[in-house]
Amino acid sequence: MLVIKNLQAEINGKLILKGISLEVKAGEIHAIMGPNGSGKSTLAAVLAGRELAKVTEGTVTYLGKNLLDMPPEDRSKEGIFLGFQYPIEIPGVSMVNFMKTAVNEHRKHKGLEPLSASDFLKMMREKKELVEIDSKLANRSVNEGFSGGEKKKNEIFQMAMLEPKLAILDETDSGLDIDALRIVANGVNRLKRPDNAAIVITHYQRLLDYIIPDVVHVLYDGRIVKTSGKELALELEEKGYDWIKQDVEKKDLS
Amino acid sequence: MVKDQDKIITDVTSGDYKYGFYSDIEAEQIPKGLNENIVRTISKKKNEPEWLLEFRLKSFRHWQTLKMPQWANLKIPPIDYQDIIYYSAPRQKASPESLDDIDPELKRTFDKLGIPLEEQKHLTGVAVDAVMDSISVKTTFRETLAESGIIFCSFSDAVKEYPDLVKRYLGTVVPYTDNFFASLNSAVFSDGSFCYIPKGVRCPMELSTYFRINAANTGQFERTLLVADEESYVSYLEGCTAPMRDENQLHAAIVEIIAENNAEVKYSTVQNWYPGDKNGKGGIFNFVTKRGLCRGENSKISWTQIETGSAITWKYPSCILKGDNSTGEFYSVAVTNNYQQADTGTKMIHIGKNTKSTIVSKGISAGHGQNSYRGLVKVVKNATGARNFSQCDSLLLGDKCGAHTFPYIEVDNQTAIVEHEATTSKIGEDQIFYCNQRGISTEDAVALIVNGYAREVINKLPMEFAVEAQKLLEISLEGSVG
Repeated sequence: MLVIKNLQAEINGKLILKGISLEVKAGEIHAIMGPNGSGKSTLAAVLAGRELAKVTEGTVTYLGKNLLDMPPEDRSKEGIFLGFQYPIEIPGVSMVNFMKTAVNEHRKHKGLEPLSASDFLKMMREKKELVEIDSKLANRSVNEGFSGGEKKKNEIFQMAMLEPKLAILDETDSGLDIDALRIVANGVNRLKRPDNAAIVITHYQRLLDYIIPDVVHVLYDGRIVKTSGKELALELEEKGYDWIKQDVEKKDLS
Repeated sequence: MVKDQDKIITDVTSGDYKYGFYSDIEAEQIPKGLNENIVRTISKKKNEPEWLLEFRLKSFRHWQTLKMPQWANLKIPPIDYQDIIYYSAPRQKASPESLDDIDPELKRTFDKLGIPLEEQKHLTGVAVDAVMDSISVKTTFRETLAESGIIFCSFSDAVKEYPDLVKRYLGTVVPYTDNFFASLNSAVFSDGSFCYIPKGVRCPMELSTYFRINAANTGQFERTLLVADEESYVSYLEGCTAPMRDENQLHAAIVEIIAENNAEVKYSTVQNWYPGDKNGKGGIFNFVTKRGLCRGENSKISWTQIETGSAITWKYPSCILKGDNSTGEFYSVAVTNNYQQADTGTKMIHIGKNTKSTIVSKGISAGHGQNSYRGLVKVVKNATGARNFSQCDSLLLGDKCGAHTFPYIEVDNQTAIVEHEATTSKIGEDQIFYCNQRGISTEDAVALIVNGYAREVINKLPMEFAVEAQKLLEISLEGSVG
């Protein structure tokens, strides 16, 4: 589904991603872990098409197409969803209006007619239940005045509405209490299908108690320094990131 | 990031003006320039009574003593008042009896603007007075309205047919000495709309005036006089457009509204004069004096304006709240894109007891646009129990535009409650990206955000026009964020 080869990217002239290669197949959940500043969010930004992160080398192929050529809205309509680490507030724009516009853009892309108001509201109701979101949230402005937990739940709700093929969740667990964490994780698990995939970016292991990854990668200083099964996450939880750092530095010296 | 934002803004602020065409219509014009003779000529062309000529001449003599006001936050290039044609009328029979007497090209022009002059083709429930350049071309539904005793006609017809009414009210809300542009208008105004709603009548349809500038090198100077007698109600709408030209053209209008006891007037404007090109060349100078007098008790005047056009806008639709328990409202969305400038707002003068006013102003600046809110809330000594609420919001798209607020509050009565709230926000690159990531294109994202921001005001428009106004906002900002 997604093939990343030797991806390098910089932000404001500073090289952040220093050659990342990664392959995600349909049906898989990949976790990307790593200490702060290792480049996790930059990777998410590059995949979603944020101009801030400039690709200097490498290729990204998504469903056989050159992803880097696509504007961000087309990536979305082709099925890439980014759950934001810090969801953005848009005052004056109601969630209903926002989601209706988004869903209908996706439908137009697929050659479908826009949903009728009643079908759309029905769809919203169903998906809201999935993420146990307060139904009043839908009438409020996008993320405005939402608590940290509400914002994250709202990201999962939007994911449920847009039914992406590839979901990239950027530290969706940060700032969540255990109940919200469970709800977010449940949302992700219930949306899992054999034909879609997810990349879960996280600093801590605890989210991976709820979302079981097929593959765990450790990102450090712009490179993937370790790839393994789900047991790697536990090892990291136990030993922290220091041993990885030391490992990498030893290799660099030799 | 700043760079990205700049790119966004250049992309979104380059929409096209849809109404910029010119119609080749034979016109009767007088020579350029302004002097007593010109004033007399205009009056003569209209076969006016002596008292009206005197009004014009008084105004002209007063105007000659005035200088153009400099206090607005606007950069106005010098205007040569001798280089303007003050009267240009599409040629037609003295008083067209039926539509067949109207030049077909003229009919086509209004059709193209979406303002058909045939009643049966028109939006049900909207009567139109269509004004091109210096004269009113056609007023629809005159007869239908007359059945309820409502007078709705061109200003010229009103002078002929209802001279007493015109004489009684003309200049009572905006005196000819009021300001530079009002004096100029009072001297050279050529037509406009007149409306009288009799006692106890609720006007059964929306009334409207559509202003079209067509001829080059002309100015448009029209007056609207609207009288709502006791216990009456009317909703009035005006729209306007002009061809695209490299030269600026002056539009200096006056609107006077009088509301008697328990009367209510709702006056809405969708202003879409040609705004000039992307580099600020050309466009209309829209220097307008609009004022309503709540003369009677419990009367109410409500202004709603969607200002998207004009190179420079100078206008302050105001309310004089003279009657006890009277109410004034001002709802405004003003957009300045490219090199447009606007200095707009309102005055709420509380004179009667327990008078109320509400001001909601939403400025949107994009490109190099400069947008100023200027408002006065005045409560005089005897105005016990006055209440005002003002809210002034500014939305910035990009970092080359500007938003300014100049709120003045003068309160001479201790029982007054005056509230003022103001916010300034910016459409950020991060908001646009968030929308992009959900599959919404940058232009749609800007439209979504701007409409969300302006919704409170747009909702005040009559239903038929709210959708139109929303589209207009989107077009005005097309290309301004990308």
